[in-house]
Amino acid sequence: MSVVSLREAVSELVRDGDVVALEGFTHLIPNAAGHEIVRQRRRDLTLIRMTPDVIYDQLIGMGCARKLVFSWGGNPGVGSLHRLRDAVEHGWPQPLELEEHSHAGMAAAYAAGAANLPFGVLRGYRGGDLPSRTRVGVVVCPFTGEALAAVPAHRPDVGIVHAQQADRHGNVQLWGIAGVQKETVLASARSIVTVEEIVDEFEPRPNAVVLPGWTVDAISLVPGGAHPSYAAGYYDRDNEFYVAWDPISRDRETFAAWMKRHVLDTADAAEYRASLAAEVTAA
Amino acid sequence: MSVNGDRPYTADEMMAVEAARRLDDSTVCFVGIGLPSLAANLARRTHAPGCTLIYESGTIGAKPMRLPLSIGDGELAETADAVVSVPEMFAYWLQGGRIDVGFLGAAQLDRHGNLNSTVIGDYDHPSVRLPGGGGAPEIALGVRDVFVMLRQSPRAFVERLDFTTSLGDNVRVVVTDLGILEPGDGELTLVAVHPGTTVDEARAATGWELRVADEIRETVPPTDEELAALRALETKGRSSGTA
Repeated sequence: MSVVSLREAVSELVRDGDVVALEGFTHLIPNAAGHEIVRQRRRDLTLIRMTPDVIYDQLIGMGCARKLVFSWGGNPGVGSLHRLRDAVEHGWPQPLELEEHSHAGMAAAYAAGAANLPFGVLRGYRGGDLPSRTRVGVVVCPFTGEALAAVPAHRPDVGIVHAQQADRHGNVQLWGIAGVQKETVLASARSIVTVEEIVDEFEPRPNAVVLPGWTVDAISLVPGGAHPSYAAGYYDRDNEFYVAWDPISRDRETFAAWMKRHVLDTADAAEYRASLAAEVTAA
Repeated sequence: MSVNGDRPYTADEMMAVEAARRLDDSTVCFVGIGLPSLAANLARRTHAPGCTLIYESGTIGAKPMRLPLSIGDGELAETADAVVSVPEMFAYWLQGGRIDVGFLGAAQLDRHGNLNSTVIGDYDHPSVRLPGGGGAPEIALGVRDVFVMLRQSPRAFVERLDFTTSLGDNVRVVVTDLGILEPGDGELTLVAVHPGTTVDEARAATGWELRVADEIRETVPPTDEELAALRALETKGRSSGTA
């Protein structure tokens, strides 16, 4: 584990063509890391995420992705992801291959990856049209004969998550809604964790997940790095941003101008936040 | 929210109230955002304070004061009895058979209660790419009772789904803005209409030949207590801003 700038972490660890999972379940979404991938213009990524939201809309719209592995792609509480839809419906800015699962299947696939198993097993994918459109198989229980669904394990090249804290030894602690972040880091060949704060020693927290430093490749200090998602104990979810994203993302040119102004033309997460704040002040 | 003739409540409020009345103090329910969350929280504020709300973000026994805008709002975690990881939620709790009621919505529903939340049009070349199934495929088969909440129209209530995202085997009730459908003899049957709605209106809003029960009930309009509780929740939800 090393503590490096996010620019350095992405430059070293995320390569064109990689399978990359940036996970977060409403809470602790690694938005700043996604922006850095856009700034460094990574291409042909296979993006994995249970709930691709605004940051995946941005990565897809900026042409970073060739494939998306997911179970629910939307703007939570608002509606569609317009860049995702444009890629799927019109192939803009490039076609996007989909591998679609259910939440239960994605969760089982991450857990299997973390456990170094080739597949996850669950009682799922029964009936309906999804099984014929995705990678799922059937295994028979050797003890009861029950037929169960098998989903191939997620083994990302790079897993990226955001956490509240790292300590001075490089251990990572996150708390609150923990999603699949632990599984993502443990399933991935390489991992990046952005954190709100680096502290001397952790205080015990309810529902804390601790990732020992030796399970993580790079830690980057990025206060506010989850915005517009939230970090419990640090800042709230910017619900207004998610609503504002809808009209920005509907139009290709408005989207491109927004990304240029706030992401491509900013050097890092701090400048991104300042750029957004300046826009709000001007309005 | 739409207006509802000259009645002092909206169609959404009628739907939320009808769904809430089906939950009791011992119900453990899996809740999504929107109308299901409104209905489940209303039940907790009125006749079923012991009703257990589970959001798929991993919050078990959430007791939000205001309506959450996402399934992962901080208040859900802060007020929950337990917060578990997402793999644990789906494996131990849903697949484990510990959840009584699951709410589902969709873009399309057929007469068997099968749902489509994946695409409109062909899967490979969709006219509308919808968000996708999320938790729905396993919720639909993993809970005891599925409650569907969906506005009734020929576009949504279709003869044939464009894509079958989840199966209707466990659908016990479909609450619409016009009335109530329940399964009988292998297909959904209109068993009640809301005040001011006719059976013909429900038929016209259905894309298949709607089966109608011999005796149609009229649902009871929201009581003053239900409306007050509902509006307190909605007001808090709206005013929460950047919560």
